[in-house]
Amino acid sequence: MNWQIALPEIVLSVLGMAILIYGVLRKTAQAQTVTMLCIGALLITGFLEVTRAGGVGYNGQYVVDAFAVLVKELVLVGAAGTLILSLDYNRRQGIARFEFPVLILFATVGMMGMASASNLIVLYLTLELQSLCSYVLAASARDELRSAEAGLKYFVLSSLASGLLLYGISLAYGFSGTMDFRVLAGLLASPASASAGAIVGVVFILVGLAFKIAAAPFHMWTPDVYEGAPTPVTAFFATAPKIAAMALFLRTMAEPFGHLLGSWRLLIEIISVCSMILGALAAIGQSNIKRLLAYSSIGHMGYALIGLAAGGPIGMRGVLIYLITYIFMALGTFGCVLAMRRRGAFVERIEDLSGLARTDPALALAFAVFMFSMAGIPPLSGFFAKLYVFLAAVQQQMWVLAVIGVLTSVISSFYYLRIVKVIYFDPTAPAFDPKSNGVAFVATVSGLFTLFFLVFSGPFVGWAGTAAAALFG
Amino acid sequence: MNQVGFPVLSLITWLPLVGVGVILCVRGDEETVASNARWTALWTSLIVLAVSLVLWADWDPRNPGFQFVENVPWLPEFGVGYRMGVDGISVLFVLLSTLLTPICILASWDTITRYVREYMIAFLILETMMVGMFCALDFIIFYIFFEGVLIPMFLIIGVWGGPRRVYSAFKFFLYTLTGSVLLLIGLIGMWIYAGTTDIPTLLHTRFPVGMQTWLFLAFFASFAVKVPMWPVHTWLPDAHVEAPTAGSVILAGVLLKMGGYGFIRFSFQMLPQASAELAPLMFTLSVVAVVYTAYVALAQEDMKKLIAYSSVAHMGIVTIGIFTFNVQGMQGALFTMLSHGIVSAALFLIVGVIYDRLHTREISRYGGLADNMPLYAFAFMVFALASVGLPGTSGFIGEFLVTIGALHVNFWLALLGGMGLILGPMYTLYLYRRVIFGRLTKLDLRSMRDLTPREVAIFAPLLVITIWMGAYPTSFSRFWDATVSDMIAQHRQAMAAPPAPAVQLARFVR
Repeated sequence: MNWQIALPEIVLSVLGMAILIYGVLRKTAQAQTVTMLCIGALLITGFLEVTRAGGVGYNGQYVVDAFAVLVKELVLVGAAGTLILSLDYNRRQGIARFEFPVLILFATVGMMGMASASNLIVLYLTLELQSLCSYVLAASARDELRSAEAGLKYFVLSSLASGLLLYGISLAYGFSGTMDFRVLAGLLASPASASAGAIVGVVFILVGLAFKIAAAPFHMWTPDVYEGAPTPVTAFFATAPKIAAMALFLRTMAEPFGHLLGSWRLLIEIISVCSMILGALAAIGQSNIKRLLAYSSIGHMGYALIGLAAGGPIGMRGVLIYLITYIFMALGTFGCVLAMRRRGAFVERIEDLSGLARTDPALALAFAVFMFSMAGIPPLSGFFAKLYVFLAAVQQQMWVLAVIGVLTSVISSFYYLRIVKVIYFDPTAPAFDPKSNGVAFVATVSGLFTLFFLVFSGPFVGWAGTAAAALFG
Repeated sequence: MNQVGFPVLSLITWLPLVGVGVILCVRGDEETVASNARWTALWTSLIVLAVSLVLWADWDPRNPGFQFVENVPWLPEFGVGYRMGVDGISVLFVLLSTLLTPICILASWDTITRYVREYMIAFLILETMMVGMFCALDFIIFYIFFEGVLIPMFLIIGVWGGPRRVYSAFKFFLYTLTGSVLLLIGLIGMWIYAGTTDIPTLLHTRFPVGMQTWLFLAFFASFAVKVPMWPVHTWLPDAHVEAPTAGSVILAGVLLKMGGYGFIRFSFQMLPQASAELAPLMFTLSVVAVVYTAYVALAQEDMKKLIAYSSVAHMGIVTIGIFTFNVQGMQGALFTMLSHGIVSAALFLIVGVIYDRLHTREISRYGGLADNMPLYAFAFMVFALASVGLPGTSGFIGEFLVTIGALHVNFWLALLGGMGLILGPMYTLYLYRRVIFGRLTKLDLRSMRDLTPREVAIFAPLLVITIWMGAYPTSFSRFWDATVSDMIAQHRQAMAAPPAPAVQLARFVR
């Protein structure tokens, strides 16, 4: 039994528990210190992740391949970025408790498991580990009504999704007699050999996962949760869990149900189109930037799903490139949102950004870079993300999907431009308070990545290609 | 390596960004920063202009292919590379871009007082994008530059523009973006079919006829907006009216040429059958543009709007020329584009001069300026006459050649396209009369100064080039003679050859 296969996850869990005990025992322990320890734990894990050998372990339930490693690294980046962002915010909002970073740590363990799950039960358990931590995180500003509401809403709707997922898993199990991805793939090798019950199960699993990545029409919880949760938690939701859930989605659709592509492709196409259209239209009327970003993230998942609908290594590679660029755009944008603090209070209306170009040119530039990138304007990274998914779609001759995709990207560029307009064209509002170092760091790193992605896109594209090929190995 | 032994095109393309870096490093109070930013931007663009003259000096007029070629692998597994090179079609547009940028910076010297540093940065980035677009020999690179232009231009219109700048900036951006994304889909289709993004290879790839039509329509969506052709031209007057003077100069001088260049490079050269098939559509839209916008221009009260509509008419002549598929038409189209790049840019600068003094562009507010601004009246006259195509100026050669080219196709086309030669003088000379002639009755006009030395320095090179192009066109047409003949020959050959068989698009070269 090759137990070392999960070594980074084990190390991270043990470190998480140790940090938890440290926090409990040292009543005076600063949340700051605990957060730093957690970032250290994530760094160690990230290092272990790249140095370990791949393989399959735990009776085929847990797999470590190039795909899993890529996703885990992204998840770790998302979690670490969130922790850095949370430092200043939590302290100022009076919610700096040592449980917060530890919860993110455990959620990360869950997400790493999601990337490696090769069995429906492992899939479910790791997903629940992540979700459970997320519910608490959403409600972590417990004195605030909106946060509590976000937590509850997230919990109720996400439980529903988990229920659907579980139902789908039980159907798939009932009609095939196995939970193992490889065995399932063998049993469902041709659409003819798949029983109708198993296909219904696939549909339920698909719906459950669509809930988790907040793709339309299963997105209802997103705007409220994004708006209500403390901003660093929103940043977390927008990055790491999305990446992990998407990875789970990719693996599930590629490995056990890959041969049923013809059966589920139409569903993914519909979800993708709905998400893109909703993301483009619903965000136009928003005045709260967190809500706007919630709709924008729905749209982004729609674009990423184009790659999944196209299927095959090229489609999956498109999705992975999308996720790589998206995580940095999202982290950076939320970093900018966290810099919106006036007279000690965090503000989140779009009008608050008015005339930012005059009062804080650097922040304005960073914001503009992220907005143009999210709109998919070259030479920023968001363009390459869209390029590779459209490439996959056109290659599969999915012209309609590609054309809907580019047209919705034009529509969505309207609201991204609106933010740029408020920042650059509108009269100056009072300046924001000075940025904290953590926020500046995250925004700068993400901004540079977004700006210069075209220069070093080669290795990333290659890495994503290897990872996608591993799914079909 | 290429004939000069160093990557001259990359140098021209990326040098402005060095200037951006320098400007970003400037520290001090606002006045110092502004002044340093101006000088840095001016010197950077002048150095770029000087370097770009290498293209003029070392051009090999006998070579119809790409010159000064550079090739660096970028994403080899996709067939994408960083490839640069110019041929007879693109080389003069590169020079046009490098010429107009210092002029724009000079023209904005005193008029831009807010965010000077950002303004200069935007213009230098714009220069990089423009030059890069004309030099790119890989269409991913091309597309990056082609669409990247939108970001600085959006900000230039929106930050430094007039009262309706927000509306115009959005309209400009969304119109152009809508076209561009469809172009992207078309390019991806080509990429998958040919397995490479190398433009010289694609020029010799024969696409199946059915696919060509779709590709042509996708390209049309983008380039027609950019040119702009009727009926998708409506963003142009708005953008011009609201943009600062220098923004209009770049918009009319170079950005519109991107559409014309795209039509030649992508539609004409890569899709010969579809171009021939859809040429009637292009002719119809162009003729409508020539005639209709001329009348619209006649009714304008705003000077910039009038010149904007005249741009649409001129670009209509260009698109007629391109799709005549003969040497005269193509040469005429290129000449018209080049001439329009100089002349319309100059006309926007002309408007800018009096706008700076009186802060209005309403034609009726002016009159009789010949009395107290003789130098100005002279410069305006030369450019106005060049715009209407007076023999001896740059405008004549192009329109004349296009009319000849059109005659080879169809008499009516030549007649209607040639209407531009009659309608153009109507609105242009009418404008000139209302602004320059008449009695100097308005008091505030009396105190207006004639051209300052800085303004003379702006207009002198443009004036010289306008006359030079009209008087001795060979020194310009020598650049593209070989390329155009080769292009037309290849087009004839492609039309004669059996069409490529329809193939499934599913194959993809890794």
